[in-house]
Amino acid sequence: MRKLLLLVLVLITGVVFAGRLFYLQVYDTSFQKLSENNAIKVIYDYPQRGYIYDRNGELLVSNQPSYDVMVIPRDLVAFDTLEFCGLLKMNKEDLVKALEKAKNHSPRLPSPIIPQLTKAEYAYLSEKMHKYKGFYILKRSLRDYQIDHSANVLGYIAEADNKIIKKNPYYQMGDLLGKQGVEMQYEEVLRGVKGVKYIQKDRFNRDIGPYKDKAFDTIPERGKDIKLTIDAVLQEYGEKLMANKRGGIVALEPATGEILALVAAPNYDPSLLVGRERSKNFTKLWYDTISKPLFDRVLQGEYPPGSPFKALTALIGLQEGVIDTEETVSCYGGFRYGRNRKLGCHAHRSPLSMQAGIANSCNAYFCTVYKRTIEKYPTPQEGIDNWRNHLLSFGLGDFMGYDLPSGRPGKIPSAKTYNAVYQYPTYKWYATATISNAIGQGEVLLTPMQMVNFTAAIANRGWYYKPHIIKNISGADTIPSIYRKKYQTTIDREHFDPVIAGLFDVYNYGTAAHLQVPGIEICGKTGTAENYTRVNGERVQLTDHSVFIAFAPKDDPKIAIAVFVENGYWGSRWAGRIASLMIEKYIKGEITRKDLETFILNGSLEEEYAKPYSDEPFKINQ
Amino acid sequence: MARGRGFVRLDWFTIIIYLALVGIGWINIYSASLDDSATGFFDMSQIYFKQLVWICLSLVLIIFILALEAKFYERFSSIIYIVSLVTLLGLFVFGKNVNGATSWYVLGGFSIQPSEFAKAATALALGKYIGDMQTNIKEFKHQLRAFIIIALPALFILPQPDPGSALVYAAFIFPMYREGLHFFYLLLGFFLAALFISTLAFGVVWVSLGIVLICGLIYFRNRKRKKTKVINYLMVAAVCIGFSLSVNYIFNNVFEQRHRDRFNIVLGKETDAKGIGYNTNQSEIAIGSGGWTGKGWTQGTQTKGNFVPEQQTDYIFSTVGEEWGFLGSIVVVILFVALIVRVLFLAERQKSQFSRVYGYSVGAILFVHFFVNVGMVTGLLPTVGIPLPFFSYGGSGLWGFTILLFILIRLDASNSYYA
Repeated sequence: MRKLLLLVLVLITGVVFAGRLFYLQVYDTSFQKLSENNAIKVIYDYPQRGYIYDRNGELLVSNQPSYDVMVIPRDLVAFDTLEFCGLLKMNKEDLVKALEKAKNHSPRLPSPIIPQLTKAEYAYLSEKMHKYKGFYILKRSLRDYQIDHSANVLGYIAEADNKIIKKNPYYQMGDLLGKQGVEMQYEEVLRGVKGVKYIQKDRFNRDIGPYKDKAFDTIPERGKDIKLTIDAVLQEYGEKLMANKRGGIVALEPATGEILALVAAPNYDPSLLVGRERSKNFTKLWYDTISKPLFDRVLQGEYPPGSPFKALTALIGLQEGVIDTEETVSCYGGFRYGRNRKLGCHAHRSPLSMQAGIANSCNAYFCTVYKRTIEKYPTPQEGIDNWRNHLLSFGLGDFMGYDLPSGRPGKIPSAKTYNAVYQYPTYKWYATATISNAIGQGEVLLTPMQMVNFTAAIANRGWYYKPHIIKNISGADTIPSIYRKKYQTTIDREHFDPVIAGLFDVYNYGTAAHLQVPGIEICGKTGTAENYTRVNGERVQLTDHSVFIAFAPKDDPKIAIAVFVENGYWGSRWAGRIASLMIEKYIKGEITRKDLETFILNGSLEEEYAKPYSDEPFKINQ
Repeated sequence: MARGRGFVRLDWFTIIIYLALVGIGWINIYSASLDDSATGFFDMSQIYFKQLVWICLSLVLIIFILALEAKFYERFSSIIYIVSLVTLLGLFVFGKNVNGATSWYVLGGFSIQPSEFAKAATALALGKYIGDMQTNIKEFKHQLRAFIIIALPALFILPQPDPGSALVYAAFIFPMYREGLHFFYLLLGFFLAALFISTLAFGVVWVSLGIVLICGLIYFRNRKRKKTKVINYLMVAAVCIGFSLSVNYIFNNVFEQRHRDRFNIVLGKETDAKGIGYNTNQSEIAIGSGGWTGKGWTQGTQTKGNFVPEQQTDYIFSTVGEEWGFLGSIVVVILFVALIVRVLFLAERQKSQFSRVYGYSVGAILFVHFFVNVGMVTGLLPTVGIPLPFFSYGGSGLWGFTILLFILIRLDASNSYYA
């Protein structure tokens, strides 16, 4: 036994090694392929990324060349470091450190020594570059922003990460691709197709010419330019109006569904995410968890819509035939349902018919209409689902299918929602349990984008195009077909006129009477949405959100708009004013009410936003 | 067995395998080290040319070894051992630092690595001690002395630091076991080595957790059958964790950063510039891409592209795998197995205990090198940097193994003189 132990171990080892070698060399063929990857060099030829223009042909985004000084450590020969450092404006220690790092990375592969020289530095350096063997200048293409707004619309480009590379074999390490906004949505259009060259390497790892006589090589295809539906002037103006406020503005052209402006506030300068400072700036934006500049409130913020939703309640009521335009409803300071239960209302004359009900935003009126709509059917379940179907036809409760990569579906509650909440069939529930839906509170949540969409549908008297941001793609001159299809709502055309008349009266004598724009017939609706947050674990009510929807002109709508200002208090205080300025700017091109403009431009809600973080008790709605 | 005189007495089977391994080794070093900087075949600065010089010189060395009386090696084993220890100690004063390890003497243009020669010296000393009539390896006192003989050079080599070479001294457990050491020591040695490496590789916390888990499992399995006390298990666990902690303490507090770096290189923690297991990965790719018959001599794309780090030395076997394929590598594996089996056979047929212990030591050392190196290169074992005998580039290594092997051949040739 003692004689045999080592002998047996030696023999077992031999057999195990033979088995391992058989596995590696004969059984598993994947290694041959890996070896091929090593021995054939692939060089990519990157095409220029497509330009981005606004609807009027103004250039928003182009490309700028960027010059990196690269080094191949193996090819270095002794050089005048003093002169070299002088040319590059760096000190010698940094150069030595950078060279050391490059050498550690790989002596034969290029590494950047100084990234992203300016054009001037490049011009100066390129004359002398031939003196420094082993160094060369690599030209890359970076985004060049002609504007300092629209960052949320445009998005940004960044290097592909492992997750993307795994998912899409087109991308290699170091490739750039669109990460947000239009850059991401139209990535394949903008990027073009990169060209590939296969280079055969010899046993000394030198290039010895094309592989298989260029049979597999391809030529790069330039990225296509795209034109957006955004009006750069309006967009920029919107961002200025939203300075020091949080929320969003979204404006559509009702006749086409084209997005004229998509303002999310706070925003940032898109140039921040280009060049040497990119990662520092991105980190700063990413970790701003209080004002969340990277959060697109227009597309991703789900809010209770508040009073603008009443227009839909009215339309559904008319369509279902539970009310006509003449019938009046009394308001006793609110809507009573059940014993001692009341949904309050503000002071206004009473009773009111539909048109005045909208203009005065009477809660009692719309609760009555809503209750009748639900109770028209034998069970509240059927009633709710029927009501819901009408709303879905306006594009609500869904991602909508617009051509931007971020978004939320909002929420339109269904019978299932309430069955779950009230534990049906153990307990029953009735229309009154859902009464807050009538006035856009309760379970209904919409994004500002959805609000503008139903506004546009009302402006069109019953139909809409899906909102989209692409105007055309150069060369193809087409946009995706879903944006050419008309979507019809479930409401008949004749029911829109009385509701629009009510919305027009909001400006005539209603809640936005002081915001009339001379010469433009605007229809709108104010909204004031209650909202809550948590401070130290307790539910705390914050100042109401200021909400406003509008379209103009009344009979030939050119613009539909939704404005949302977080904690802006009542609807016409901030949102209504901003909406009226935007409409005036778009239709007239200039602002006549300079005082109002100045007030909004300089107005700040920062104090309001600081309140929940102050650690002190605070008052709301001041 | 009929045996002649003079050269005929030499074990030609072993010598032929030796020459085959050295020859194949050089062919592969040539391929692995070939690059565009060579000015011609006789370029003194080229690695393959240097190795050829070492090989030629080792033939001279062989003649010298064989020319000496067999008795010389037994008589002078203690002196050889002491000289070897002194040269190892001298490194701390005169040694030259190469790649973070102070393992070399530099004389003129040549570097000599004394740890490669210390193996043969230790084998001689161990043979001499165990072969002594008064030594009974079953007694604890004598076991302790034998362990000291083995441990001294290993302890001098460890802080150079060269943990790979020190690890090889574990091979001496095999000849001692052959001569009567209890099986328990083998288990213990294996366990401590595993504990040592896993402490450095995974850290104290994980190792401690593992120990507690294993002890707990064994306790709960045995609880019903045997009346064992919990305290015994706790003590075993405590001793193991203590060992792990002391390894960790010495590593972090006694060693300097350069020592730690060297350890980490050996453990594959540092050279991983391109991610976990880069070396092993490239080595597997090179071997795996060889297929049945390989890409042909000097045609290996991986070898030429220098994708495998340290390819002329520790990773030389990957060149064999790529350029000679499965058939070529299996020939090399068979040659090594045949050599070690033959050495063990020679050891067993020695009539003196000295020669037998020495022969067994040679077989065990060759086995550990072969096992660890090929295991590492084929991705079966973690990265531990020790050379493949007769194959890897390096003069000291080649000479060390040549001396090791040919002293055995010399002893075997005089076998009949010993009654």
